[in-house]
Amino acid sequence: MRGLTGEAAIVGIAEFAPERKPSRSWMGLEVYSELARLALDDAGLSIHDVDGIITGNNLQEAQMFIPATLIEYMGIESHFSEVLDLGGASGAGAVLRAAAAIEAGLCETVLCIIHTTMPRLNPHASHEKRARDWGGGVWGSPQAEFEIPFGAVQGSYGYAMIANRYRHEYGLTYEQLAKIAVDQRTNALANPKAAFRNTPITIEDVLNSPMIVDPLHLLEIVMPCFGGAAVVVSSKERAARAKNRPAYVVGGGENTTHRSVTYDPDFTHSPIKSAADRAFDMSGVKRSEIDLASLYDCYTITVLLTIEDAGFCAKGDGPKFVEAHDLTYKGDFPINTHGGQLSFGQSGLAGGMSHITEAYLQMTGRAGERQLKRCDTVFVNGNGGIMSEQVSLVLRGG
Amino acid sequence: MSKYRPQAEPIPVPTPVTQPFWDATKEHRLMLQRCANGHTFYYARTHCPECLSSALEWVPASGRGKLYSYTVARRPQSPEFAEDVPYIIAAITLEEGPRMTSLLVDADPDNVVIDGPVEVAWDDVSDAIAMPYFRPV
Repeated sequence: MRGLTGEAAIVGIAEFAPERKPSRSWMGLEVYSELARLALDDAGLSIHDVDGIITGNNLQEAQMFIPATLIEYMGIESHFSEVLDLGGASGAGAVLRAAAAIEAGLCETVLCIIHTTMPRLNPHASHEKRARDWGGGVWGSPQAEFEIPFGAVQGSYGYAMIANRYRHEYGLTYEQLAKIAVDQRTNALANPKAAFRNTPITIEDVLNSPMIVDPLHLLEIVMPCFGGAAVVVSSKERAARAKNRPAYVVGGGENTTHRSVTYDPDFTHSPIKSAADRAFDMSGVKRSEIDLASLYDCYTITVLLTIEDAGFCAKGDGPKFVEAHDLTYKGDFPINTHGGQLSFGQSGLAGGMSHITEAYLQMTGRAGERQLKRCDTVFVNGNGGIMSEQVSLVLRGG
Repeated sequence: MSKYRPQAEPIPVPTPVTQPFWDATKEHRLMLQRCANGHTFYYARTHCPECLSSALEWVPASGRGKLYSYTVARRPQSPEFAEDVPYIIAAITLEEGPRMTSLLVDADPDNVVIDGPVEVAWDDVSDAIAMPYFRPV
């Protein structure tokens, strides 16, 4: 297998701060255009350099022909155009596809843009709501028939079931899970864009927050927000002229095994392992070389499983690992220095982009108060659905 | 009317492919499918999820299994379950091997045993459908 050879790099990023209520009256096209402008400016490139585009699947103004709509609106001529539908893994999946397309010579500079804006309703029309359960609640879908009638809807119940199975097999205390949320909150306090930048929390605060789905408390569950982010990926030649240090995509791996958690082959051995192993093997980078782990964190249990399945500790040692290490930007094993989605806020489908934008800010020395002393090599994991879609990236600074 | 829930919605709406599964529930029979290569699976479909064989037959399940995992929903996770809290969403490993999603009923939310034995508990929610819930044995 040839794999990526590290000839494509992240050269620019942009991200809106996650908001509970959007401060702009924009719809998707406007959000995409502004993110594109900001990310290209960050890269030192122009829209005329862009010849590829990868987007999320949720543009309100276009239910089909999403790339063509954006290409026309923004004035791009694109040789690689794709809509990605990997849930929370869409951000990492977009960067992986962009790098692959660039290395294959299909295009040179790809704009990866994902957003979630509050739907703006046409005041003169009646409205259909998006089918519930992440679009699965439509007649004929297995979710509509064999999941939703049993109360199995959205994600929280599934992650809770995974956590309970983990507790049963390996042992896990509420305090150990809470430590993950607390350390990430410490990171958010040093991030002016974080939704929870002003509110420190303790382990007791997490345990005293309402139990939502056993064993997960409110402060272990991500807060949905609106926002978006863009990442520009370009060729080595272009990257050499970028404004900031390029972050080369030296490894990538992907793995999807199921839609509903019940059909996850093994709740405690997640599909992350295969994605992460592929990314590390391709990159030749060792786990011990990673300066920042940027791990999708819709729930605390997600981070715990990712630490184990990405190979940062042995299976079953995750709870001890999070106790033994300071996971903050000041610590010995920094995770999600932006606060993670748990404390930065989850901009819907764009939530997984924050793990990439933070990686790039850290690698280019622009992370402000939370800047790591050294950040040359980063592991990113994106996770969609209920541990369903996994995309791992290894990034290395040029 | 539901025996176990304040109200029965949402009630599944079968497709032509899944209709035999739901028809059997009326007689309180839990049916699985088996392909020509001997793979037994749940939920109802036209092709085996292990080998994509389309040579399938319906086979009865014993209705016994083990609790693979669960969660107690202390807050409603969907609008129809607003009056159900606390309720227990469960993943059951059937004796025949497949896993299925269900509700755990007749159980104490604070004393649920993972890997403990469970059996099907039928709930006649309409003239056309009985829901296969599970209870601890």
